[in-house]
Formats: sequence, structure tokens, C-alpha cells
Amino acid sequence: MTTPEPHAGNVWPIWEVFVRSSRGLSHVHAGSLHAPDAAMALRNARDLYTRRNEGVSIWVVPADAIASSDPDAKGAFFESPQGKDYRHATYYTKSEGVKHL
Amino acid sequence: MSTSPETAVPAEETAGHGDISVGVKGSANSGEATASATRITPGNALRPEDIALAVSRGTAKPGEDVAEFALRLGDDALVLAQRLGHWISRAPELEEDIALGNIALDQLGHARSFLSYAGGFDGRSEDDLAYFRREPEFRSVEIFELPNGDFAVTIARQFVVSYYQFELYRRLAQSTDATLAGIAAKAVKEVDYHRDHSAQWVLRLAQGTDESREKMIHGFKVIWPYVDELFRDDELTGRLSGSGAAVEPSSLRADFDRLTGEVLAEAELEVPRVQPAPGGGRKGLHSEHLGYLLAEMQVLAREYPGASW
Amino acid sequence: MASQTLQSVPGEPTAAQHELSLEELARREADGQAYFDKVMADDSRIEPRDWMPPAYRKTLLRQISQHAHSEIIGMQPEANWISRAPSLKRKAILMAKVQDEAGHGLYLYSAAETLGQPRDAMMQDLMDGKAKYSSIFNYPARTWADMGAIGWMVDGAAIANQVPLCRASFGPYGRAMVRVCKEESFHQRQGFEILLELSHGTPEQKQMAQEAVNRWYAPALMMFGPPDDDSPNSKQSMAWNIKRFSNDELRNRFVGMMMEQVRVLELTLPDKDIRFNEETKKWEHGPLDWAEFHEVLAGRGPCNAQRLERRREAHDDGTWVREAAAQYAAKQAKKQAEKEVAA
Ligand SMILES: [Fe+2]
Ligand SMILES: [Fe+2]
Ligand SMILES: [Fe+2]
Repeated sequence: MTTPEPHAGNVWPIWEVFVRSSRGLSHVHAGSLHAPDAAMALRNARDLYTRRNEGVSIWVVPADAIASSDPDAKGAFFESPQGKDYRHATYYTKSEGVKHL
Repeated sequence: MSTSPETAVPAEETAGHGDISVGVKGSANSGEATASATRITPGNALRPEDIALAVSRGTAKPGEDVAEFALRLGDDALVLAQRLGHWISRAPELEEDIALGNIALDQLGHARSFLSYAGGFDGRSEDDLAYFRREPEFRSVEIFELPNGDFAVTIARQFVVSYYQFELYRRLAQSTDATLAGIAAKAVKEVDYHRDHSAQWVLRLAQGTDESREKMIHGFKVIWPYVDELFRDDELTGRLSGSGAAVEPSSLRADFDRLTGEVLAEAELEVPRVQPAPGGGRKGLHSEHLGYLLAEMQVLAREYPGASW
Repeated sequence: MASQTLQSVPGEPTAAQHELSLEELARREADGQAYFDKVMADDSRIEPRDWMPPAYRKTLLRQISQHAHSEIIGMQPEANWISRAPSLKRKAILMAKVQDEAGHGLYLYSAAETLGQPRDAMMQDLMDGKAKYSSIFNYPARTWADMGAIGWMVDGAAIANQVPLCRASFGPYGRAMVRVCKEESFHQRQGFEILLELSHGTPEQKQMAQEAVNRWYAPALMMFGPPDDDSPNSKQSMAWNIKRFSNDELRNRFVGMMMEQVRVLELTLPDKDIRFNEETKKWEHGPLDWAEFHEVLAGRGPCNAQRLERRREAHDDGTWVREAAAQYAAKQAKKQAEKEVAA
């Protein structure tokens, strides 16, 4: 398991917590917490984010291990799928009403 | 459109207890809510209230021996919950406030179940037993009564008692007494997590800094004289193990030594060489600490005897 | 997400931003402002890495961190009664409730951290007396009935404040509030039931309940903040879709709810001037002592010193534990790395 850069002194790094609320569903981001390492992050996540049966499985990820898309580039990065209606079933109107299609 | 696995709700999810719902508009029953990591339910385990109900209906009634035994386990758990509850708002980090709070709540739950059952013998409630018995009538052993000390002392105590409780409840889950077995079957799973929590901290404190190692070693030294008392047999446990309702405490010792030994070895700690204390809590002879704990716990209930809260 | 250090995928070289021309920087800021304005107009959400006006960031950071501090300091008056709770059921409920408040603090600190302020820095500000928190937690919880009054009125006021915050324009704040509000729903009810039990108990118990309601009433109303004509920042917060209703609107609505509920309790509110104004269709209440509010806020309340000292003590006593765990993690990571090199 990846371990974030060990922090100096007594400050624990941030972990992002993902919880699977029941079998068959995806893990969903629940929030974050501080923990010294992955083992404790998992336990803290269990104590903090599943006190009311919210989950059956937990992932923890060091916050600084997450790569994210650039918010300033949102126009360019997400432009391509715009307008490509033919990727969606609703584009095909002539077959509407035909059974099992 | 096909149903994606993300939005499919398994049948068991919709059956049984529903969502505890919330004052937040739009968050219940929406597609988002079913996939949400904030969906909350009460679960469906055996609760102290179920034991009390069974007792009041007469479907669960302990004999004198089983009642006395349940009192012992209930008092151990109650005193520990009272001790651990003090950490909430005082723990070394906020995340640990919550962890210790969960353990305290588990222990309090076990205490309530055992006491509710014990009270079934002579018609006393969990609160009659917790608040209106005097110190010599309590049956807890000394290790549970020890003051919290620093975090290392609390962890040392927690480490010992959760490994002990695990071995005990694991066996009690097979008890010929169905109620004891039911309480133990729920408790053993929770205590299993308490073992893990304290073992994680034993490793970190023992192998963290020089200071923390010193404190961990000191913590075990403070706690260890009271370990032996947990495993002492007496006439009551002899009779109960004869009937299959319980086991002799001494029979837990080998597994306790082996499993705690594994963690201590990994932490490069030695079992402290200290003399065992005689104890006496099972007979009502308590440490000097218990009186203060009870005085605080019972003060309000005793100011208003007969009141309901 | 709590991280400010998220890496960008398509590789926008962050270092290169230093070399951007002034015109380019100005263009980006204008673009950012335009995008921000559109998000506000659409009542959509701002996320941590979006451009945001510096004043918006500052306001949020202040509000969210103060809210987090309030949850953490707010644990103390109730934690004070865990050991003396008069029944085991109440003990369990109170323990779970106080523990929840620690959780709320954590959710909120996480939301604030996404704005670039580490939690330990916020905590340090709190302990140094530089940060504010809800003034009400500087009052003492004198009797068991205070557990009822706090749950019913203090958590009640908090909920009234927080439900609209679930729609706050800053995503992490709104999401934290959704989680908090779900958990709060039991807090108010357990408080109400404590009072209900007391008011139907012995005369002494009923008196205890009434006195607690009397003591917590005004501080609870003041939790909504100063009156609208004395709340300079409210307008901006509403323009930014952080706040959805004014302080007085929320307060008046809350008074109305309490008026109904206090009848079920068979207790009274210590305010002869509460009335429903038929013209405005709004509840009104008597004058509040804002001078006292400002005194307590300025640090001169009954428990200010005690609350901060207790927080410092827990933090200081825990230092060696946090250090040990951090050291252990570093050692384990080093061992792991050496193993990988050897393999
Ligand atoms: Fe809260
Ligand atoms: Fe709150
Ligand atoms: Fe609350």
C-alpha cells in the first residue's frame, strides 16, 4: 500500500475515505481524516465514517496520491463529448417504439 | 436503458429496517442516496433492550449462579465503560476521541445486557444494579477499576482486557445458557475489534519514539500485577463450567498468553516481571479506586431515588 | 476532498505559472471571476480547486473553521455529564452524542482544509485564543437538565442554522453539512426527551428542567448571530449563496418551533414578549442582551478560560502519542523501502 511522505513531528497526513455502502455498489467518497499510516487510516475511517452502518467496505487513499484534472482546463478537457448525441440511445428516434430494442 | 450495477439495490437492502431518515430534503430515496456513503441504518443486532424485554416477559430467567456470573461480567464492562468515557474530549487526537468512544459504547452495551440479564434473577433492572448497589456488592476485578493513567496505561489495560474478553466471549458464545450465549456472540465481534485497536497502539507506542516506548513499558508494568486475577477459578466458575454455562477462567490463559505474546514479541516488549496482586473483586473486596468511580457514577441517581430519567 | 496538493492531469506545469505575463494573469482572473459569477447565478457549487475571489475563500475559511471549533469545544459541557448520567441508557446516548460532535468537528475541519489551511494550524489558532467559536459553549452545564436543554435548544438552533447550509455554494461545506444534519436529528430528540421525562417527573425534576430552559433560552437565540441591522457580513454571505436566510429570519422561525414544542413539554419559555405577528406572519421575541453576547464572545464568559485550557491540555498530553505514531509510520515506510531495494 502506498504510504504518504512521512510527516515531521506530530502532524498526521490527510487520507481520503471511500465507503461502499452495500454489496453491489461502488465505493463513494465519504470525506477525509488524519492518520499516521494506512492501517490507522482504515481504522479511523471505520470509526468515523461507519458508526451508523454506512458501509461494508472502506478504501483509504493518501490525499496527495490523488491526481485530478485541472479545473482551469475544464472547457477544453471536457469539450469533446459535448454534442456527440449519437453516443446516446435517445439519438435514434426512428426505432422508437420497436419492442426489445 | 440498462440498470448499471451502481444503481441496482440488492433486495436485502430494501427489506428489514429502513433508513433512519433525516431532515434533509431530497436526500432520502433519491438514486444518489442509495449510492451514498452517508446512508445510515440502525442494524439489527441483539440489544440490551431485547434482553430486558425477554427478562420482563419471563422468556429469559437466570438461575442464581448464572445471575452472579452475569453480574461479574456486567460490572467489569460497566466499570471499563465508565473509565473509557472519560477520554471523550481528552484523547491524543480527535480521531482517537471517536475510536475510544466507540469502544466505551460497546462495553457499555455489553454491561447493560449482562446486568439486565443478571437482574432477572430477583427482579432488579440494569439501573437498580448500576446505581443502587454499594461498593462491596460490585463484582468487578481490579484491572477494570484501575485509573486511566496516561494514554499508554489506558492502552495497556485495554490490550489485556480485550484479549481476555475475546477468549471468554468466544467460549461463552457456546454456553448452554442461551442468553449468555446470545450476549457473548454479539460481544465477541466487538471485542475482536478492541483487540485490534489496542494491538495497533501497542506496536506504535512501543516502536515509535524513545519517549513513547518508555511510557508503553511503564504502562504494562502498572497493569500487569492485575492480570492474574482475570484467570482465577472459584467455586462459582467450577459449578458453571460443570453445567456448560461458562468456562473456568484458567482455561483461557494459554490462548491469552500465546496471542498477547505474539503482539508483545512484534513490539519487542517483554512481559513485565511483577508480582501478582491478590485482587478480590469477585467477592466484593475492591481496589481503593472503585469507591470514587461509583461515587461519581451514582451521585445523581441517588440524589433522586425512584425518579425516572 | 481535503487535499490542496492534488496534482493536475493534463500536465499544466505549475512552476511555469510564475513566468506568466501580467496580461495572462489578469486574463485568467477575469475568466475565473466570470466562471465564479456564473456558478453563483446558476446556484451551482464551487469546488476547492476552482478559482474563487480571495474574500470568498477567507469568509468560508473563517466560517467553517469557527463552526468546527464550536463542535469540538461544544463537546465539553456535555462530556462533563457522561460520568454522572442518571441511567445507563442516558449514559450511552450522551456518550454517542458527544462522540458525534467530535465527528462533526472532523468533517468540518476537512472541509476547511480544502481551502488550504491545515487542521493543526486551525487548532493552534483555537488554542492561542485567536479563533472564535460559538459563544454558547462558554456557559456551564450546571445540572442534568442542561443535557436536555442543550440537546433541545442548542442542537435545535444548530440544526435550524445548518439545514440551509447543506445548500451552501462551497461543495465541501455543503457535503459536510448533509452528513452533520443527518446525525443531528437524534441530538435534538434525545434532548427533548430528557426534558419531557423531567417535566413529567417529580416536582424537583420539573423545576430542574424549567431552570435549564430558562438559562439556555437566550444564549440559544443568540446562536443565530447578531440582529440583521448589526450583521455587516450577512449580505455578502447571502450574495455568495453561503447563507440562505438572514439571522433574524432563522431566529424567528426557531422561536415559533420552540413555542409549539414547549407546550408538549409543559414548560415555559422565559420570554413574555413572544408573539405571532399577524401582519408580518412572523414570530417575534423579546429583547436579547447583546452586550452580554459580545462580552462572552470577547472571552469574558463563565467558562471561556476553562474550555480553552481543557483543549490545550488534551492537545499537549497527546503530543507524544501523535509523535510516536508518526515516527512509527516513518520507520515502517523506511523498512518497506529497504526491502524493496533489496528485492
Ligand atoms: Fe454537531
Ligand atoms: Fe453544530
Ligand atoms: Fe449535535
